Amino acid sequence: MRKSNESLAWQAAAHIVLFLFAAAALIPFVLLIIASFTDNNTAMVNGYSFFPEKWSLEAYAYIGREWRTVGRAYLMTIVVTVIGTAGSMAITSMFAYALSNRELPGQKILMFMCIFTMLFNGGIVSSYYMYSAVFQIKNTIWALILPNLLMNAFTVILMRNYFVNSISPSITEAARIDGAGEFHIFARIVLPLSVPILATIGLMSAIAYWNDWTNGLYFLTERDGGHLYTIQLVLNKINENINFLANNSEIAAQMGPVSLPTTTMRMAIAAVGILPILAAYPYFQKYFVKGITMGGVKE
Amino acid sequence: MTVSTSAPALKVRRKIRWKSFLPFYVMALPGVIYMICNNYMPMAGIVIAFKNLNFSKGLLGSDWAGLDNFKFMFASRDAWIITRNTLLYNALFIVLGTVLAIATAILLNEIRSRVMSRLYQSLILLPYLMSWVIVNYLVYAMLSADTGLINNSILIPLGFEPISWYNTKTYWPFILTFCQVWKSIGYSMIIYLSSIVGISQDYYEAATIDGASKWRQIKSITLPLISPTVITMFILSVGRIFYSDFGLFYQVPRNSGTLYSVTRTIDVYVYNALMQSSDFGMSSAASVYQSLVGFVLVVAANLLIRKLSRENALF
Repeated sequence: MRKSNESLAWQAAAHIVLFLFAAAALIPFVLLIIASFTDNNTAMVNGYSFFPEKWSLEAYAYIGREWRTVGRAYLMTIVVTVIGTAGSMAITSMFAYALSNRELPGQKILMFMCIFTMLFNGGIVSSYYMYSAVFQIKNTIWALILPNLLMNAFTVILMRNYFVNSISPSITEAARIDGAGEFHIFARIVLPLSVPILATIGLMSAIAYWNDWTNGLYFLTERDGGHLYTIQLVLNKINENINFLANNSEIAAQMGPVSLPTTTMRMAIAAVGILPILAAYPYFQKYFVKGITMGGVKE
Repeated sequence: MTVSTSAPALKVRRKIRWKSFLPFYVMALPGVIYMICNNYMPMAGIVIAFKNLNFSKGLLGSDWAGLDNFKFMFASRDAWIITRNTLLYNALFIVLGTVLAIATAILLNEIRSRVMSRLYQSLILLPYLMSWVIVNYLVYAMLSADTGLINNSILIPLGFEPISWYNTKTYWPFILTFCQVWKSIGYSMIIYLSSIVGISQDYYEAATIDGASKWRQIKSITLPLISPTVITMFILSVGRIFYSDFGLFYQVPRNSGTLYSVTRTIDVYVYNALMQSSDFGMSSAASVYQSLVGFVLVVAANLLIRKLSRENALF
């Protein structure tokens, strides 16, 4: 009797605490969505609220009218995510496959090169200098794809370990005896056997590209690179403009009314930006959790 | 005699070997080129910090500045502030993040209903999926002086004065810590949960038969058995204590100047010096300072982990 009471109390406590954490995680998103459906004047007078006095679709109508900007940013996000993820998976898996061959002369050196990048880096400034002055990627689409996100040592090693542990050498050896070339073996035998890890790593990479705003912050200027802005960068730019006007009220007064999106419109753009992730989340959650536990300790 | 017969045979074998390895080198090539461009060239670019960078002369043609850039940086008050902020915030995040993540993981493991357990897990992990730009919008909806939920729906109705959050330093250590924990707790919770799930049920059954309370079981079985994971995660984060989350410290305070003394970390300082003031001297000195101290800490952390649990060490 005592036992079951104790267990019941634990169950109840666990539910209460976790419910509070879950609610804290969810509530800001609910507020964001409701704010985007609030009438702008109501929001200005009463502030954002879970129960706005007056609802409105005006913010979304605005996005519809401004679809040239918002839609293009959306398209850029998708293009960058697709190219980046595909490129990342190709480069990472090929490199990892080469590293998984222990007999390859120089394999140890390549492995060290890879691991060393996790220990030491040249810092933001020299990385910025290399990409902008040497490789000249400023204000090109490559600025959103190449720096830092394309390949990282950590995923290379995860994938290499998968190849070493889960692909039996006897399968590849048999194919080799049958006269199959190494590229054929890699593409037709190894990759199909590695779908779980490819899905996980591809998903992590896609999220990183979808959410990235730092590359654009460093390598795109509004005047020459504004047409390349992704949805994250548009959201960031709106903030920068608002902060600038808030901190420089004299300039703001001189400029007169500027066509900045109103407070509810901004929330609507943010809502549109997170909607695809929220919608897809239930489907990819399993792989996402797997990616975390796999990388887990080492990240 | 033996030499003359074996030498050509060896040669032939060598040739075949190299040819059979060629595809592997071709496959490694894009990755190697990328590492050279993305990682190794910037490592060499560290010399920027010892130069008076002049864009028209290029990196190699610019004059040497010796340690002047570092002298200027360490002579400013900023060097102390950004180091202090980076270290203190990270220390706070590590301690609080670890404790809360372990607590939620243990509680999540107690939940019997699979549906509810998955639901809690998904919701708590949700913020981890969002970019800091989005978090900025979410925080702004709460804290904005004119339209924020906290001022308009909580403080004013209760008769308090509204607070100008983005101009008041006092609150920011709490706000930043809250945001960091809010965003990252799901991630570490899942790591600890997977470690807890791996514990054999036999221990708990034996303990229950012996009449051990739940609390006792957590203290004497769960915590000791997940401690290798906890220690590894802890040391790894300490190894990264010199790196701050740029997104958190740049986006969430909306780069507000009045808050700089409590929100500026090394990464934000480097960004502002480089992109706002175009000050290559100061920014490269700060960034190299971070890289070098960071390197020492990461290597030290890994040596420590290697002593404690070899399989978790990077090298």
